[in-house]
Amino acid sequence: MPLYFRTLTELADQLAAKTITSTELTQAVIARTKAVDFQVKAFNSFDEADALSQAAASDTRRAAGQARGPLDGIPIGFKDVIAVAGQPLTASSKMLANFISPYDATVTQKLKQAGAVCWGRLNLDEFAMGSSTENSAFHTTRNPYDLERVPGGSSGGSAAALAAGEAIATLGSDTGGSIRQPAALCNVVGLKPTYGLVSRFGLIAFASSLDQIGPFTRTVEDSALLLRAIAGHDERDSTSFKTEIPDYRAALQEKPGPWRIGIPKEYFGEGLDPEVAAAVQKAVEYYKSIGCEIKDVSLPHTEYGVGVYYIIATAECSSNLARYDGVRYGHRSKEAKDILDVYFKSRAEGFGPEVKRRIILGTYVLSSGYYDAYYLRAQKVRTLIRNDFLEAYKSVDVILTPTSPTPAFKRGAKADPLAMYLCDVYTIGVNLAGLPGISVPCGFSRGGLPIGMQLIGQPFREADLLAVANAYDAPHAWGKKTPTL
Amino acid sequence: MSSPIELNIDHVANLARLALTPEEKAEFAQQLGDVLHHIEQLSKVDVSQVEATAHAFPVYNVWAEDVAQPGLPVELALQNAPAQRNHMIVVPKVME
Repeated sequence: MPLYFRTLTELADQLAAKTITSTELTQAVIARTKAVDFQVKAFNSFDEADALSQAAASDTRRAAGQARGPLDGIPIGFKDVIAVAGQPLTASSKMLANFISPYDATVTQKLKQAGAVCWGRLNLDEFAMGSSTENSAFHTTRNPYDLERVPGGSSGGSAAALAAGEAIATLGSDTGGSIRQPAALCNVVGLKPTYGLVSRFGLIAFASSLDQIGPFTRTVEDSALLLRAIAGHDERDSTSFKTEIPDYRAALQEKPGPWRIGIPKEYFGEGLDPEVAAAVQKAVEYYKSIGCEIKDVSLPHTEYGVGVYYIIATAECSSNLARYDGVRYGHRSKEAKDILDVYFKSRAEGFGPEVKRRIILGTYVLSSGYYDAYYLRAQKVRTLIRNDFLEAYKSVDVILTPTSPTPAFKRGAKADPLAMYLCDVYTIGVNLAGLPGISVPCGFSRGGLPIGMQLIGQPFREADLLAVANAYDAPHAWGKKTPTL
Repeated sequence: MSSPIELNIDHVANLARLALTPEEKAEFAQQLGDVLHHIEQLSKVDVSQVEATAHAFPVYNVWAEDVAQPGLPVELALQNAPAQRNHMIVVPKVME
C-alpha cells in the first residue's frame, strides 16, 4: 500500500519507529495530489513549500527525541472555511477569493501544537451551503469512485481528497450533514462531534447554533485519534463546553459492549434506495451477531427536520453573512458610487445563487410580522425533535440509520434546490439536537458506489459512539479500500 | 402560518442589502415558494406547550477576566481591506 493510502494510525507507528520520515510522507502526498487532483479537483489551493518545511521541522523534532505525539508529521487537509494563518481562506466564494487568514483557528493551533503538517485548502459548496460541492464558485469536486458523480457536500473536497489519497486525514464542518454525507458518498469515516465539543473559533460561520468542526479519516480508530487533538474548551468560543476530553482511542478497547442499538423506523421509509437499505441492514445483522440488542425506536418528528433546518439555518446565515458588506474585507464592487451601493453591489457580485437564495429566505423568516410564524415555531419544533432523541436514549445506547438516502448522484442531477435540501433528511436531526453523529462506510452498490451508515450517540459521549462504530469498522475496514484513478 | 405568496422579494432583498437581477428575482420567488410550501407542514405541529430551543446545550453567563489581551496588529487586521489609507479603511462618502 503506498504511503498516501495508509491509515493515520499506521503512519504514526511508522514515524515513531523511524521507518519513514514526515518528509517522505509529505512528498508522497504532494506527488499524489499533483497526479490525481486534475481529475478529482478536491483542492482550492495548496502550498507545497510550506508543507515541506513543516515536515522538515517535524523530522528535526523527532530526530532530537522531541516528537509531539501520534499526529507529529502527518499531513492533514483543511476545508477552506477553517483559518490557517498566512494561507487563503475562501469559503469557495468570490466574496473571499483573495482573503488571507490573519490568524489560526483554534483547531489549527491545536493541530500545529500536535505537530501535524497543515496541508492544502479543500473545496466546498460556497459558504458550506449545499450537498454536492456544485455550489463552489471555483469548480465542482468529483467523486473519486466515479468522476461523473458528486462527492457530496458541503465538505466534498475534504472527503474526496482523503478518498483519493491526497491527504492522510482532513477536517470539515457539519451544519446539516456536511461531514457525514460526503463521508458516506466517498467511502471514508466522517464524525460530527456534539455541539460545543470542538471550538468554532476561526471557522467561517454559516449557522452558528448548528456548525461543528470534525474529522474525516479512513478508520474509526483514526477518527478517535484526531478528535482528541481538536476537542476541548476554548474561551474564544462562548458556546464551547467545559467537559473532560478522554483518550478516545484507548476507550475503543475499554468499552467492549454489547450495546443496545436503536433503529428508527422513520429513517427507513419512502425515498431510501434499496441498495443502501440492504447494506445498512447487513451492518445491523453484524451488530446482532456480536451480541448487541437491536431495538425499534421512534423519532416521530423526523419529517419536520428539513423544514425546521431551512428556517433556522437560513435565518442564522442571513445574520452571519451580513458581515460581508464590502467594507472591511472581502469583495468590494468597483461599480459602487456610495456606501449603500457598496453593500448592495458587493454582495450581488460576491455571492453565488445558493447563498443569495438562503440569505433571502433567512431574511424573510426573520422579518417583521413573520418571526413568530417561522423562526420561533421552528425553534419549538426543534425542541420536539431533540426530545425525540432524548426519549429514545432512555432505552438504547446509540441509534443506527443510513447516512444518505442514496449513493452519490450525477453532477447536475439535483438542479432544484428543494430536491438538494432533501439529501440531508437523515443527517439534519443530529445537528438540530446537537448530538454526535458518525458516518461509517458499510459497503458498495452494485455499480461500485460507496454506502455509509450513520451512528448517532448521546451528548458528549463520543467515546461510546466511537467504540460502537469501531466494533463494526475494525473487522470490516471498508475505508481502507481505494478507488481506481 | 403565513402564505408563501406574501414573500415580497423586493422588500426582502432590500432588507438583506442584496441587489438582485430581474431574472434572479423571478427564479428565487418560484424556488423559495416551493421551499416555503414544504416548510408549511410545520403548521401541523402543536407547539402551544413547547419551549423554543435556540441552542442544544446553552451555556449561560460566560465571563472573561477583564484583562487586556494582545490583539491583531493593525497591518494584519487591515491586510484584507479593499482600500486603506493611514491605517484606516477607505469607503465612499457616507454623508453629503
